[in-house]
Amino acid sequence: MAQHAIQVVDIVKRFGNFTAVDGVSFFVEEGEIFGLLGPNGAGKSTLIRMMTTLLDITSGTAIIEGADVRKDPDRARRSMGVIPQAMTSDGDLTVWENLSIYSKLYGIPAADREKSIDELLELVDLNQWRDAPARNLSGGMRRRLEIARGLVHRPRIFFLDEPTTGLDPVSRVAVWEMITSIKHKRNLTVLITTHYMDEADRLCDRIAIVDHGKLVALDTPRALKSSIPGSSVIEAQFLQPPAGWQQTLEKLAAVNSIQPEGADMYRILTDDGSKTTTALVEAAVRSNVVVKTLTVQSTTLDDVFVHYTGRQLRDQMVDSPLYVSPVAWGK
Amino acid sequence: MLNFFQSGRMMAIVERDLRKFFRSPALMVAAMVFPLVQLIVLGNAFGGKIKDAKMGIVSHDTGPQAIRVIEALRAVQSNARTFQPIVYSDEQAMVAAVRRGDLNAGLVIPPQFSRDVYAHARPHIGLVLDNTDNFMTATFEDQLTQLVEALNQPEVQPRVVQQTALQVVELYPYIEYMKYLLPGSITLAMFVSVMIGGGIVYIDDKARGVHEGYLVTPITKLELVAGLNVAGALKAMGAGIVLTLLGSLIAGVGSTFQLANLLWLFLLIAATSFAFISMMFVMMVRVSDPLIPRAVFGILNTLLYFPSGAIYPIQAFPKWLQWIAWIDPFTYSVRGFKAVLLKGVGIAAIWPDLLYLGGFAMVAFALSTLLFKRTL
Ligand SMILES: Nc1ncnc2c1ncn2[C@@H]1O[C@H](COP(=O)(O)OP(=O)(O)OP(=O)(O)O)[C@@H](O)[C@H]1O
Ligand SMILES: [Mg+2]
Repeated sequence: MAQHAIQVVDIVKRFGNFTAVDGVSFFVEEGEIFGLLGPNGAGKSTLIRMMTTLLDITSGTAIIEGADVRKDPDRARRSMGVIPQAMTSDGDLTVWENLSIYSKLYGIPAADREKSIDELLELVDLNQWRDAPARNLSGGMRRRLEIARGLVHRPRIFFLDEPTTGLDPVSRVAVWEMITSIKHKRNLTVLITTHYMDEADRLCDRIAIVDHGKLVALDTPRALKSSIPGSSVIEAQFLQPPAGWQQTLEKLAAVNSIQPEGADMYRILTDDGSKTTTALVEAAVRSNVVVKTLTVQSTTLDDVFVHYTGRQLRDQMVDSPLYVSPVAWGK
Repeated sequence: MLNFFQSGRMMAIVERDLRKFFRSPALMVAAMVFPLVQLIVLGNAFGGKIKDAKMGIVSHDTGPQAIRVIEALRAVQSNARTFQPIVYSDEQAMVAAVRRGDLNAGLVIPPQFSRDVYAHARPHIGLVLDNTDNFMTATFEDQLTQLVEALNQPEVQPRVVQQTALQVVELYPYIEYMKYLLPGSITLAMFVSVMIGGGIVYIDDKARGVHEGYLVTPITKLELVAGLNVAGALKAMGAGIVLTLLGSLIAGVGSTFQLANLLWLFLLIAATSFAFISMMFVMMVRVSDPLIPRAVFGILNTLLYFPSGAIYPIQAFPKWLQWIAWIDPFTYSVRGFKAVLLKGVGIAAIWPDLLYLGGFAMVAFALSTLLFKRTL
């Protein structure tokens, strides 16, 4: 059997009697960029923390580069770089000092340290900021510092938990470009979580969608998009439609399914965007209904996400937890 | 073991903590200001000598020895000005005046006084005290004992309005209160530094995710706990050294600057710092809520500082408080510093304190390493 870069089998994490991760299994191949998507509280961070030895595994196994995380955590740690969701760099220290401390924590010999840090600074384009205190960096630069920090020991596998959350669109693109370029330069396998579907669509080779601690879908972005009914999505809002308007819409040409979204807004999945749109406008004119807004889009990963996880935005329905990890504070 | 001490990983943790400390020393400066302010304010508030207290005198003896006593008292009035003698003719009226608070004390010279002195028949002077005010009482006893000693040592026998009377015996030269406080202030500076450096900063780092970063590296539990302890102890030692030097200058303790004493003081500072930081770690190793170290700060301070003998002698405590004093590392630290700073004695006196502090540090360190969780 060829060795997978990451191999997770039936992994479970329980906090008390709450199951945060519920029997997830997947493989990640060498050189892949693997995306982990899911609503808030789905269990993505918990999953990553188990794979990176930060949390005890309740049951199941995680094998990183052939090292069982439970049996040989040190070997696993040496083969992976981890960028946790919280910032772990130290604002009081300079960029260079942050990297130097981590080189020492990974036991990089003093002779190689300087050179490898210089290389890293080049890689994440922070060379001119090497002596700046980390707290003075912008959000995007700070993320790049975190990325460099995760790579000081030349890991083979790179875990990133929401590296682009909280960044402006330009910095976000910059971070993603950096990740892909580093991946090629250093031959990395990347496992990444994000809430931005467009990013995941463009950059991930394969995507897993997690909800309520369970794996609900796993495939390439293209395959995921074609796995849901309809090739286009129409969103339309009407002014005081008559009763039974949803049924009227359902009968329009090529319509696959309809989701009412409140405020007389409907989300229509269709196999033929233009045909359904034409029919919709005709029907509205016929019934004297005013169309307030109308958008047509081909299916995106957002639609896949909504299809598999149900709601677009989830109000955290957790009963007020007795314990909230301090790591989650300030999120 | 050698390998462990060469551990670059442990030293990396120490390096990071110290760099951070020198970048933003505000917290630590605050940690040193608190004990200094306490030393200066308490030292001056309680350490001042009593002046112009009123003392009634009734003399039933008109002999030359009685006159000598009264003259000696007048001499105190014009020199040290501790008290101001007021002559009464009626003993009962004077005692009543002490009770009312019009007088702070009264002195009774008995009729046989001069004769007893000449006959060496244990001459007595009666001292009437209002012992609701400890400090005043002690001052009077002290002054009169000295005075009477100077007058070829007739006995002072305090006869007290309420009840007790103590015979004060001081082994060492008179020590001002500020000097008495200094050992406690030095210890307190190390404690506050450990509370901030080992308690508050540690939990804040944990909450901010700094430890999450450490835990994904191959660092071992022992290296991480040792690194954090060494860093915290070094910071506390810094505070201890600064307070020892500054406090000695302020309180006027010259013996600090003798070479041998410097060595003993350094040993005490090191042992205390390690004992304190490891104690703090045992308490904080499983804590993740940043409010907790802040909340227990005051409680711990009261629980450890006050029973330590730093501001009041342990011998005056009830049993249960003596038990706290007995296990409290503060006690041993304060005792050690007192021995060196106030009594000028060295290793011969402080080795039991050093031994206790060292043992305490090792037990607490082992315990915190055991309790430390290498996961989130
Ligand atoms: N230490 C803990 N104790 C108890 N429950 C926890 C703990 N850590 C996480 N949880 C719960 O487990 C669930 C999954 O949390 P997790 O952080 O893995 O979600 P996530 O998918 O990363 O969400 P987000 O997108 O918000 O980061 C949540 O309901 C959370 O409340
Ligand atoms: Mg998360």
